[in-house]
Amino acid sequence: MSWWRKDKKPRRPRRESVERLEIPPDVWEKCEACGHTDLRDKFARNLNVCPACDYHRRIRAHEYVSILLDEGSSKEVDANLRSTDPLGFPEYPQRLKKASAASGSGDAMLAASGTLGDMPVNLGVMDFGFMGGSMGSVVGEKIARLGQRSLERKYPLVLVSASGGARMQEGVLSLMQMAKASALLSQLGERRIPYVSILTNPTMGGVSASFAMLGDAILAEPGAVIGFAGPRVIKQTMGQDLPEGFQAAEFLLDHGIVDDVVHRRDLKKTVGQLLRHMSGKPALTGWSAP
Amino acid sequence: MATTANTLEFERPLVELEKQIDELKKMAGDQQLTVSAEIAPLEQKLTELRTEIYRNLSPYQRVQVARSSKRPFTLDYIRLALADFIELHGDRSFRDDAAIIGGWARLDGETVMVIGHQRGRDAKENLHRNFGMPHPEGYRKALRLMKLAEKFHVPVLTFIDTQGAWAGLGAEERGQSEAIARNLYEMSRLDVPIIATVIGEGGSGGALALGVGDRVLMLENAVYSVITVEGCAIILWKDGKSPEMREKAAAALHITAQDLLELRTIDEIVPEPPGGAQADHEAAAKSLQQALLRNLDDLRHLKPDKLVRRRREKYLRIGQFSE
Repeated sequence: MSWWRKDKKPRRPRRESVERLEIPPDVWEKCEACGHTDLRDKFARNLNVCPACDYHRRIRAHEYVSILLDEGSSKEVDANLRSTDPLGFPEYPQRLKKASAASGSGDAMLAASGTLGDMPVNLGVMDFGFMGGSMGSVVGEKIARLGQRSLERKYPLVLVSASGGARMQEGVLSLMQMAKASALLSQLGERRIPYVSILTNPTMGGVSASFAMLGDAILAEPGAVIGFAGPRVIKQTMGQDLPEGFQAAEFLLDHGIVDDVVHRRDLKKTVGQLLRHMSGKPALTGWSAP
Repeated sequence: MATTANTLEFERPLVELEKQIDELKKMAGDQQLTVSAEIAPLEQKLTELRTEIYRNLSPYQRVQVARSSKRPFTLDYIRLALADFIELHGDRSFRDDAAIIGGWARLDGETVMVIGHQRGRDAKENLHRNFGMPHPEGYRKALRLMKLAEKFHVPVLTFIDTQGAWAGLGAEERGQSEAIARNLYEMSRLDVPIIATVIGEGGSGGALALGVGDRVLMLENAVYSVITVEGCAIILWKDGKSPEMREKAAAALHITAQDLLELRTIDEIVPEPPGGAQADHEAAAKSLQQALLRNLDDLRHLKPDKLVRRRREKYLRIGQFSE
């Protein structure tokens, strides 16, 4: 066990058929934060958290679904909702088309139902890859319908945010989605149905200033940038440099704005534990003291 | 009335005409002549021109009108349309934010809770009011007053007049997002009538945090937007300065009262006097007072649970998408 007496690893036998093992260059990935280079597979197995510096890389909505929901339990819902162009906004239809082609998503939120630690839940995950995770009518409607499902069956709601804010291209309709989502959540609150909000990098603007900040528990991924106004705007209005780590998840924890900062690998366990507490269910280990 | 220093471009012809009339009057006074025969047609022309100009304002010109410091602000409407006002201060935990004011008042004798953004008319006042851009404690004060109104079964009137919530270090540290979100949440369940009126510029989440209501009204020349016209122009065309780009952005965003009514995001447009609310504060206040009274009469008879249910249903319907 002693670390100084390192066990000699048995050398792998050289393969005879291949003279030299060719590693294609695209299996390597580099951490955006510390520059650590590792096999893509290793990043993936570590839930895309850098093995060297713990930087939480951005992942896609469906990946959160598989992290949070029990294997084989998840089912996407309301997958056919699509944004229209209610204002005839310049370039919006083209941008939607591009976003959809590039991300393979229908819009900036994936809605699913499934179980989390054997508990039925409704889950919505924002997809930053689709127009910066911006909230327009479709995102608002998906949240409203997830919430409605939660109201009908008394199933807890979990929302994962990753967004630059409201979607400018739908104008004031986007702004009103903030009120729409909040109106639904207030119903959930009155019926005592638990809602856990998970904030990932980034959670800003109209998303931050509505459902993201209304969780019965609010969890944030390490290092996630979370705030109302963007750092560039603040720097401009203040005319001074911003302190180190400003608007990072840890900064919000210090200022009492989030309940905890949770490593991606612990998200499911933590959410499950919280939901069990809030819905009067026994712990996974049972009622009794250890 | 208008000084050349902060005259809007499209008001120039009006100012010119006013100057002419003033000179005529002065001359008449000096030389003790009767010039009413000459003045009357000029004054009529002035009225017609003003009506004409204001009827055809472009979206960006409306933004300029909405932001004008000559328009009546929340305190002006309180003074002119309400009575018996007593201001209540502070969020009870951090400080008093002068960018939002509120307190008890009377609308036609009946007690209401009035809350609104407050801008300043000059530099000194704007420093105090932070240009009507609130910090979290402003929104928390507003919520405290709304809950107080609910406790005593008193309707809530809000006046919206802000470019947006303040973007600053302290605002972020104290949870600007949470403060706004909390208001949206609580306003969607408050069991007394809420009538929100956009009186000037309704800027994004900072406006909406006072803007969830059973009825949302907009003054004729008010604007309401998810992002400032300048911000939109920068994002789209990397140019937030030139008037052409601002004009394009204002048109693209659909921010006028008429636009919002068509998008079914507001309930009613409150007419302004000719030349806009800034031309005649009393007339604007009278118009608003009537609209508030009429809407309050519609809401008064509703039972609290029905009121809240209808309010929520209204917001749950907002949005356009395909399926």
